[in-house]
Amino acid sequence: MTQPTSFAFLRALGARTINAVWRLGFATRFLLATVRHTPAAFRRLPLTMREIYFAGVLSLTIILVSGLFVGMVLGLQGYDTLARFGSSEALGVLVALSLVRELGPVVAALLFASRAGSAITAEIGLMKATEQLDAMEMMAVDPVARVIAPRFWGGVISMPLLGALFTATGILGGYVVGVVMIGVDVGQFWSQMQAAVDFREDVMNGMIKSFVFGIAVTWIAVFEGYEAPPTAEGVSGATTRTVVTSALVILALDFVMTAFMFHGVR
Amino acid sequence: MNRTTIDLWVGIFVAMGLAALVFLSFQVANLTGGTSGETYTLVARFDDLGGLKVKAPVKSSGVVVGRVADVSFDNNTFQAIVKFKVEQRYQFPLDTSAKILTSGLLGDQYIGLLPGGDPDNLKDGDSIELTQGAIVLENLISKFLFNATTSGDGKDKEKGKDTKAAATADEFEE
Repeated sequence: MTQPTSFAFLRALGARTINAVWRLGFATRFLLATVRHTPAAFRRLPLTMREIYFAGVLSLTIILVSGLFVGMVLGLQGYDTLARFGSSEALGVLVALSLVRELGPVVAALLFASRAGSAITAEIGLMKATEQLDAMEMMAVDPVARVIAPRFWGGVISMPLLGALFTATGILGGYVVGVVMIGVDVGQFWSQMQAAVDFREDVMNGMIKSFVFGIAVTWIAVFEGYEAPPTAEGVSGATTRTVVTSALVILALDFVMTAFMFHGVR
Repeated sequence: MNRTTIDLWVGIFVAMGLAALVFLSFQVANLTGGTSGETYTLVARFDDLGGLKVKAPVKSSGVVVGRVADVSFDNNTFQAIVKFKVEQRYQFPLDTSAKILTSGLLGDQYIGLLPGGDPDNLKDGDSIELTQGAIVLENLISKFLFNATTSGDGKDKEKGKDTKAAATADEFEE
């Protein structure tokens, strides 16, 4: 079947589309297989514990330090703007709401994707490149149960906790700058914050965001690692794709969830 | 890295995460101080709501006693109907009056309850008869300008009477 070369562009487009749909379908089946192996991840708890250690505990430094600085910057910038309207007491509200609703979950997820997601992809990709996954299959050990599921659940469990820690340190950072350094009234700072921040509306929705981002980022990370071409170049490409895709998915999902969660709140 | 060390660190991590959640729930969102617990619903009709929103506080003597639950419009009387929930532990007399007030000069609007002297208390579903709507800044300014122009020429006695009435109305609203 010979075709004119002018169809090359269309053929390339078709191949890309088919490839994209195929990857999406494969990623979904891969996620289902991972979820089906959930009992294995929790039956062999030390494996999952180890992954929580690598994804969560080792991300603590970057999450806590970034959270503190984001909160401190919010305190400085927020005070600068609010002071123009003579309402610098609302600083607590500004810092808390922006962190709890948006910055906490989103920035923590972006950091998590670049810190833990890339590590997961590189590790699994290298396991595949050095044929460790094939060796497991030879020994009748399912690599999805032994390697993928613990990493997936380690990431999913770590992410909401990291998000909460980011938000909490951010608020403390805003407190340090606003109250300790600038001198906003401490009672006003906390009481206005407590009056404005709703537990269900703001804190719970922020946690739901964190949880969804955790699933998305870890899913992308394990899938890219599992799907990486077994070469040095392939693993490096997969690691890059994990960070880029995660960032895009986090921001897009954040928009969708914000539209649903805070649309009715006027 | 042996297993007990990993377990210890994961334990510290999870404990820190939960502590952050508790901090967010109680120190930031003040989970305990909300309108949790038993409430009863009261209804009030206002000529003008201003910027009153659902979930705006209901205060008496400056203390938050409840929250606005629902705002709707009555097409027969052309008035706004506000339903608000008051905590069960706060009871108000039947002749309590409700006003829509503003916190600060440009702050949010809330409902202020001023208790009367009736021996009986309001019950669930009762409506408050004595109400006063929000002060709309434009109306206030137009009244002020009207007063300034009419008192300026000082000839017309009839208009002077109107001005006096408007002035007392202003004082009442303030």
